[in-house]
Amino acid sequence: MSAAVVTGIGVAVPNGMGKDDFWAAALRGESAIRTVQRFDVSSYPSKLAGEIAGFEPTDHLNGRLIPQTDRMTQVALAASDWALADAGVEPDTYDTTEMGVATSGASGGLEYGQRELDNLWGAGPDHVSVYMSFAWFYAVNSGQISIRHGMRGPAGVLVSDQAGGLDAVAQARRNIRKGTRLFLTGGVDSSFCPYGWVSRMSAGDVSTSEDPATAYLPFDERARGHVPGEGGAILVVEDADTARARGARPYGEIAGYGASCDAAAKHGGAPGLRRAIETALADAGAAPGDIGVVFADGSGSRADDRIEAEAIAGVFGPGAVPVTVPKTMTGRMNSGGAPADLAYALMSLREGVIPPTINVRTLAPGYEIDLVIGEPRPWQPGAALVLARGKGGFNSAMVLRAIA
Amino acid sequence: MSGRRVVITGLGVVAPGGVGTKAFWQMITAGRTATRMITAFDTTGFRSRIAAEVDFDAEQLGLSHREIRRLDRAAQFALVATREAVTDSGLDAGRIDPTRTGVSIGCAVGCTCRLESEYLVLSDTSKEWVLDHNYADPHLYDYYMPGSLANEVAWEVNAQGPATMISAGCTSGLDSLGHAADLIREGAVDLMLAGGTDAPISPITVACFDAIKATSPRNDDAATALRPFDRTRNGFVLGEGSAMLVLEELESARARDAKIYAEITGFASRSNAYHMTGLKADGVELGAAVTSALDESQLPPDAIDYVNAHGTATKQNDRHETAAVKRSLGDHAYRIPMSSIKSMIGHSLGAVGSIEIAACALAIDQGVVPPTANLREPDPELDLDYVPLEAREAQLDHVLSVGSGFGGFQSAMVLARPGSAA
Repeated sequence: MSAAVVTGIGVAVPNGMGKDDFWAAALRGESAIRTVQRFDVSSYPSKLAGEIAGFEPTDHLNGRLIPQTDRMTQVALAASDWALADAGVEPDTYDTTEMGVATSGASGGLEYGQRELDNLWGAGPDHVSVYMSFAWFYAVNSGQISIRHGMRGPAGVLVSDQAGGLDAVAQARRNIRKGTRLFLTGGVDSSFCPYGWVSRMSAGDVSTSEDPATAYLPFDERARGHVPGEGGAILVVEDADTARARGARPYGEIAGYGASCDAAAKHGGAPGLRRAIETALADAGAAPGDIGVVFADGSGSRADDRIEAEAIAGVFGPGAVPVTVPKTMTGRMNSGGAPADLAYALMSLREGVIPPTINVRTLAPGYEIDLVIGEPRPWQPGAALVLARGKGGFNSAMVLRAIA
Repeated sequence: MSGRRVVITGLGVVAPGGVGTKAFWQMITAGRTATRMITAFDTTGFRSRIAAEVDFDAEQLGLSHREIRRLDRAAQFALVATREAVTDSGLDAGRIDPTRTGVSIGCAVGCTCRLESEYLVLSDTSKEWVLDHNYADPHLYDYYMPGSLANEVAWEVNAQGPATMISAGCTSGLDSLGHAADLIREGAVDLMLAGGTDAPISPITVACFDAIKATSPRNDDAATALRPFDRTRNGFVLGEGSAMLVLEELESARARDAKIYAEITGFASRSNAYHMTGLKADGVELGAAVTSALDESQLPPDAIDYVNAHGTATKQNDRHETAAVKRSLGDHAYRIPMSSIKSMIGHSLGAVGSIEIAACALAIDQGVVPPTANLREPDPELDLDYVPLEAREAQLDHVLSVGSGFGGFQSAMVLARPGSAA
């Protein structure tokens, strides 16, 4: 069975676009959390977000494509270009049938959707765009990426909130093992429009703080919810043997994956995160001591923070492994969050340094985790664990390992 | 874990024309159609005013008042189908191992009905762009992020293994079953509740398809509007519904002496990398998906006894899939029946692939090929046996089902009669 390795990173997060910028911003601990600019949030209780600034669609896409696509697709297409360029994959490196696409999207192209709902109900059915049918649905990014890069292999789209970003990468690995040579995979979400904003707020855990320095404090004693972010990452995942044969330099191997679902309240409500972690470790053939860093989901809500801290301390021992949440700089990016965390983890494997969690000062009592606060921390790269949890009880865990 | 095999041991169907597997099977084998004038909303001003609607009385079907309040129509369909599937499987709920049980649910357009109705409240019928959050439903996030459909099914059956929604447009219902089969084969789980659901008959979705003239405007003859492979075809008719299947690892199904409808022996998906809505006439990528699904099944093309077609009654689909089937099955394609049940139940987007697999499982079990309804004037350019109007009896050992959708996705799945797999 072939190993699946990551050879290209395409990332667009609020504090940096492209591999170099996003990594430099992460090491500087640079926050992109500020008052939403894209639409008027003054009437809403929650006002802060991580927005991608300076993304001009015309810099990346031809003019014909722009009216056909939501922002989440425009960003994803740019990220897919960067990922392939980073991997050094040329259009003729592989046969078109040897390349596939698997992405996650939590809310589709909802900004586009809100505009067309407005057209329908404000002006009538014949004012709905001819592009609406494929601009807003959840599959749009996999479809558009496959078309842009001529990828005719397997396709997939998974929706499981924040966890979906890891589930998509796991599906890519599954297909690499079945014989596909290359996958573009990950997730990008936006829906930074009033409907997306109101929908997020309805879940009750978006921070109402107006201070960017204290709005999103996962594991902190002052935790009070999270700040939404937009963006994510698209990665190039390749068959290890063919990647080596073409001279690629992989960032790391996708060594293990596990997923679970929390029990329903009526069935006892047991959290499933620890099971997902243990499944991923077993899948990777790794012992807890092999993991050198955990990129936590970092919900920022008291109950979920506690569950995650207990799961990490339970598997690895109290304070036994560095834990970090770079999302404190960007906000939580729905299906884009975990792919961005994979990108952080892969850069950590390459550079030997762990990006920090910002703004957090004092852990809530009883959280026995070693959170990397404020400053980057050097480490001896071996293996990293990325965690992602979604509303409704999705848990996913992925182990990345340095290439020997 | 190689060598683990996946079988279908329970079926639950919510389809237009009658809720429940029995009503569904009777309808499609009788060749009756459920397409009609839309009753869900006032269609004045729309081009296509027809659909295949489910007559769905949620309360009578056992949903609680809270479930009815909380759940989008797509989730309500899925819960009813899930309950039927679990009952049908004979599984003892108390003996299911929650951590070895997962959920994979296909859906193309999520909780569109609620997203649209909530939008009307929040925007005061589109008078306000900056929506008034004070009117937000407490469950709005579940409609915004439709992976909630997977959670609802998981909570229903106490599944605590992997759960996800698969949303590859109109192939979602096949892809979700393919994903579920993969998870069982690789040993992540032993049991999956897998299938699809969609409830797209809302103004915004109807308007989307109106805008690109994909749906049939045959408003004066709704009952025969969806005419796959017919010279007079003029587009698909939107449908809605759900099919949920119990998928089980073969040995555990045998150990509990379960009724096995069929084995899932192969699945593959491909992208055409061509166009978000267009199809090339050559059918290359769908043909490649079929070939790959046959390879996974370790079957030659001439093992296939029946093809359940995508059959959406658009000219480009009819030609595309006919070419794909010929390309992948060769001359054998001319010797076997190929029919489209969408002619009767409409096109329920992300649900229909699973409903069609339920039909294939029943076709194998009952030895009956359902017909293509409304096929009275065959397109002279299409030369396969499309089973017009009337069902046929036939022993089916291996069945192929294909799907094709927006985004350029192409999928194929192969089922085998129990004991017939290679």
